[in-house]
Amino acid sequence: MRLALSDADRAFRDELREFFTTKIPAEIRERARNDELRYPEDMVTTQRILNEAGLAVPNWPVEWGGKDWTPLQRQIWSDEMRLACVPEPLAFNASMVGPVIAQFGSQEVKERFLPATANLDIWWCQGFSEPEAGSDLASLRTTAVRDGDHYIINGQKTWTTLGQYADWIFVLARTDPNAPKKQAGISFILAEMSTPGITLRPIKLIDGGYEVNEVWFEDVRVPVDQLVGEENAGWSYAKFLLSNERTGIARVGTSKVWLADVKERAARTALGDGGTLLDDPLFAARVAEIETELLALELTQLRVSGDEGSGKPNPASSILKLRGSQLQQAVTELLVEVAGPDALPFGAPDAEAPDWAQHAAPKYLNYRKTSIYGGSNEVQRSIISATILGL
Amino acid sequence: MHFDLSEEQQLLADTTREMVSRAYDTESRNKVVDSELGWSREVWQQLAEVGILGLGFDEDSGPIEVMVVLTELGRRLAPEPVAAAALIPGATIAAHGSDEQRALLDQVAAGECLLAFAHTEPGRRGMTELATRATTDGTTWAITGAKSPVLAGDSADVLLVSAALPEGGTGLFLVDVAAAGPAVTRVSYRTFDGQRGADIAFDGAAAQPLGSGGDAAAAIAETVIRFQAALCAEAVGAMDESLRLTTEYLKTRKQFGVPLKTFQTLTQRAADMYVSLELARSMSFYASMCVADGRFDPVVAARTKMQIGRSGKHIAQESIQLHGGIGVTAEYPIAHYAARLTAGDQTFGSTTDQLRYLSRQVGRYGVVTL
Repeated sequence: MRLALSDADRAFRDELREFFTTKIPAEIRERARNDELRYPEDMVTTQRILNEAGLAVPNWPVEWGGKDWTPLQRQIWSDEMRLACVPEPLAFNASMVGPVIAQFGSQEVKERFLPATANLDIWWCQGFSEPEAGSDLASLRTTAVRDGDHYIINGQKTWTTLGQYADWIFVLARTDPNAPKKQAGISFILAEMSTPGITLRPIKLIDGGYEVNEVWFEDVRVPVDQLVGEENAGWSYAKFLLSNERTGIARVGTSKVWLADVKERAARTALGDGGTLLDDPLFAARVAEIETELLALELTQLRVSGDEGSGKPNPASSILKLRGSQLQQAVTELLVEVAGPDALPFGAPDAEAPDWAQHAAPKYLNYRKTSIYGGSNEVQRSIISATILGL
Repeated sequence: MHFDLSEEQQLLADTTREMVSRAYDTESRNKVVDSELGWSREVWQQLAEVGILGLGFDEDSGPIEVMVVLTELGRRLAPEPVAAAALIPGATIAAHGSDEQRALLDQVAAGECLLAFAHTEPGRRGMTELATRATTDGTTWAITGAKSPVLAGDSADVLLVSAALPEGGTGLFLVDVAAAGPAVTRVSYRTFDGQRGADIAFDGAAAQPLGSGGDAAAAIAETVIRFQAALCAEAVGAMDESLRLTTEYLKTRKQFGVPLKTFQTLTQRAADMYVSLELARSMSFYASMCVADGRFDPVVAARTKMQIGRSGKHIAQESIQLHGGIGVTAEYPIAHYAARLTAGDQTFGSTTDQLRYLSRQVGRYGVVTL
C-alpha cells in the first residue's frame, strides 16, 4: 500500500500534462471549462489531435490503437485530461461502441469501423433507450426482421445524445420476439444515420439547449454485415458497454476544476459585511464538504481502477456513478448560489450579469440528468445491493 | 501508487481477526466490558505474544500494520486499548524519546507496561494553549494541571503528558504514575461505549522531558494525527461489521411472510451504506498511507476524520433502523457498534470540528488535491 506515484508514473503524468496543456488549443479548453464547447468541431479537432498522438483510445486493444497501460496509468490519463479541461474523446466512440466492436465484432467489422471511430471520422450515437424502455432497457420493442441480406428495422429510440451530429448509430433491436427471456432475443446492429427511413427529432431540455433526440426507424434496411457479433447476443454486449460507461461517468477531475471556479467567483462576491462569500463560514463549509467528498471518491476510483484488469465489470463502479453524479450536481448547485440574483437573466449579453452567472441555473437544471443517465442512481443501488451485498 | 496489502500485512490482518474472534462474541465481550478493568489481561498477553503491542516501534512495521490491526479490532469491538495504551504513545516515544526512554517500549510490546496520552484538557475545545504547566528547578521537572478525558488513563503505568513550558511553547513529558505517588490522582470511569478512561490531576508530579526536551508542538501534532488515523481504521472495521450484520439480518428476518430483503426501501438504503463504507475505507487508507510516508498533515487527518465521522454516523443510524427494535438492545451487537462509532467521532475532534477547520482553509488553494 503506497500513495506516492512511482518515478515512472510521475514522468508519465508529467508528459501527459505537458501534452494536454500545450497541444490542445487553449481556446477549446477554455470553452470546455465554461461548458461552452462548439459542437461538433471542438470535439473533432481535439479527438484527432489525441488520436494522432495515440491518446484517444488507450482502453482499446493495442492492435486497434490502444495502449498497454496499467489501470493506474489509464486513470492518470483520464484525470489529467479533465484537470486540463480537454474535452474527452467522444464517449459513444471511445468508450461505448469502439470497445464492443473490438471485443465482439468480426475482423471485417473491426477493420471497417475501428480506425474511423478512433479518429472521429465517424460520429456515433446510441440507440438504446425507448419511450417504454428506460431503466427496464431489456423490454425494448424496436424490431429487426431478417429479409435476405438485410435487417428491416422498425421502432423508436429516445434520449439519443448528440444524435444531430451523428453519422452512425448503434442500435439494440429485437431479432427474436419468441425468445424465452426478453434479454435473449436482442441484437446489436450498426446503421448509417442517412439510411432512408431514419428520422431524428430534437428534444429541447430545460436549459434551452438541444443535446438529446428522438430517433424513428421506419422500414429501415440495414445490410446484415452491420450486425456486431452474433444475432440475439446483443444484451451481453450492451451490459459490457454499460459497465464501461459507468466508470467514465464519475468525472471527479471536472468537478474539482468547477469547484475551484466556484471558489474563485465566491471570493470575488462581496457580502454587505465587508467580507466575501468565500469568507462566510456557512458557504465555506459547503465547499469544504464537497472537496473532501471528491477526494474520497477519487481515492475510491483509484482503488477500483486497480481491479479492472480482469475485464469483468467491477460492481464497485456503481459507487463511482452514484457519488460522481451527486457531486457534479452539488457543484452546479453551489454555483447557482454564487451567482445569486445574477442567475436570473438568461441569454442577455447586454445585461450586467456575467455570462457564467447567466448559465449557472440552466446548467444546474441540466445536470439533474447525471443521476438519471448511464443507469439511474436507483439502478446503481440495486446493482450494489444485489451483486455486492447479495440482497 | 497501489492499495494492496503485502502478504505479511494480510497475514497480520487474518491473525488478528482470528485471535479476537476466538476471544469475543457479544456475550463474552459484554461480560469483559462489565468487569472492573474493562478488558482482558489474557487477551492482552496474546496480543503481546504475536507482536501486535509493539507494531510501529521499529523499522519492521509501521502505520499500515497499525491500521490493519485496528480495523480488525474494530470489527470485533475488542475492548483492549491497543492504540491508546500501547501503539500511539509508543510511536511517539519511539520517534522522539531518548535511548533510555525507548527501552521502555520493550516492556510495552511485552504487555508489561501500559501507556496513555494525556493531552486533552477539560473545557478547552480546539486547544491552542494548555493550562497544564511544566516547571523546572534547573535539573528536574514537575507538572501541574488537569487532563481529561484520558483514554486508558485509568490503568496507565506511564503517561505521555503535554504541558506549557515556562519559556513558552509546549513540551511532552513522561510521568511514571507509581513514582509520582500522591502527586498524580485519577478519577477512573468507563465511557458510554465501554472503554476505560480517567480524569487525571497533576500536582507537581515528577516528570521527564521526552527526548531532549524543548518545544514538542510537532511531536504532539504527530501523536494526534496518528491517533486520528487509528480511530478511523478502527471505525472502518466497526462499519464493515455493522453492514455485514445488517445485510445478514435483511436476508434472514421475515415480516409479512417474506424476508426483509424483498423490500426495496430497505435494500436501496443498504446500498447507500455500502457506498459510505467504501468512501470511509478509502480515506482510512489515505490517512495511514500519508503517515507511513512521514506526512503528518492536519488537513489530511481532518478530511479523513470528517468522512469517517459522516460515514460512521450514517451506517450506525441505518444499521439500527434496518434492524428495528433489536437494534437498540444491549444483548445484540449492532448498537454497540453504533456506540463505538459515536465515541470515536468525539475523540480528537468531531466531524463538525474537522469541518470547521477545513472551512477555514478553502480560500488558500484552487483545485483540491490529494
